[in-house]
Amino acid sequence: MEDKTKGCSSCGNCPPETKTGGVFWKEFTKGIVISNPIFILALGLCPALAVTGTLNNALGMGGGVLFVLLGANIVISMLRNAIPSLVRIPIFIVVIATFVTILGLLFEAYIPPLHESLGIYLPLIVVNCIILGRAEVFASRNKTSISVADALGIGVGFTIAIIIISLFREILGTGALSIFRFQIFSIPVLSDFPVGFFVSPPGAFLVIGVLLALFRVIGVMDSE
Amino acid sequence: MAIVNNLVLARFLGLCPFFGVSKKIANAISMSIAVTFVMLLASVSTTVIFNYLLVPFGVEFMQIVLYILVIASLVQIVELTIRRTNVMLYNSLGIFLPLITTNCAILGIALINSQELFTVLESSVSALGAGAGFGLVLLIMSGIREKLDYADTPKSMKGLPIAFLTGALLALAFLGFAGMV
Repeated sequence: MEDKTKGCSSCGNCPPETKTGGVFWKEFTKGIVISNPIFILALGLCPALAVTGTLNNALGMGGGVLFVLLGANIVISMLRNAIPSLVRIPIFIVVIATFVTILGLLFEAYIPPLHESLGIYLPLIVVNCIILGRAEVFASRNKTSISVADALGIGVGFTIAIIIISLFREILGTGALSIFRFQIFSIPVLSDFPVGFFVSPPGAFLVIGVLLALFRVIGVMDSE
Repeated sequence: MAIVNNLVLARFLGLCPFFGVSKKIANAISMSIAVTFVMLLASVSTTVIFNYLLVPFGVEFMQIVLYILVIASLVQIVELTIRRTNVMLYNSLGIFLPLITTNCAILGIALINSQELFTVLESSVSALGAGAGFGLVLLIMSGIREKLDYADTPKSMKGLPIAFLTGALLALAFLGFAGMV
């Protein structure tokens, strides 16, 4: 599996092609399928396990990561020629931390319940390896426009992955699905006798383990 | 803290080293020593910063930026000190130190400490407990994975998926400790 990530799709070393439209779309879709951060690269696992108990939290976290990734990629790719390579990592971290602080203040001001339920995992976006990874591998070596596509693709791929995980956990764990206080549906028998195991921490490990294996079997991710 | 609210299995912090470094027992021991040491230093210094610098001036929103900088520079200092003073220790711990900067367990503990408004002493105790819990789980996990290498697992389950299932069983066991304090 490690060899797969070193392939051409994600190294970012190749010179950008001239047709920006095609490149933009390529970089965007790459993040969703070929190098999906969670299911293929296995990065950013902490939030994937911690906040996927409900769909609401997963949406909030996905949106947050997308915002920070986009901001960090834009700023870093614009400054890529001005940053001395010796101190680039501290600079990346400061840029990322700035965006996370902005995000935290925005959440606290406009959606306090979500800010409350995400708790310490919101500031922990700073150390999410996906964001620093994209800054180092992609944004510091590519033009701003392509970096935006990369950020959107990886961000959306991450969001889709944690939404899938949270769907399993919320439906099986509570027998119902709700989004922002509106209940979408509830399964008659299951909602009376929910499998609480899936909302608890062990359930998170189990769901991700099974999903990873499933993705390999289907062949979305051909193993090793 | 070490067992009941286990860092890895209940709070999901520090998962990257949990799956990345848990293939060999020797590596797991080095990693958990390094993490505990940095965690202790980081907790003490971030608590001092939070209680005596951020709160009096009312700039708590700066904590993320400041904490991550403190942790990153601490890791650098520790790495330099070890390299100068003890080459043998550096050879065994060295490669793990840069990884620690992006370990969410360290920042997570620092944030929890200031959320709970711990004093310096309380936060150093909580850091030691969390580090011990991290080490314990990493050790158990690496022991299981060393054996697991010889087991006949299905092809699609090899590597990460089976590690996650092992994690699920471990977490289930540790769930039994919940509510004991």
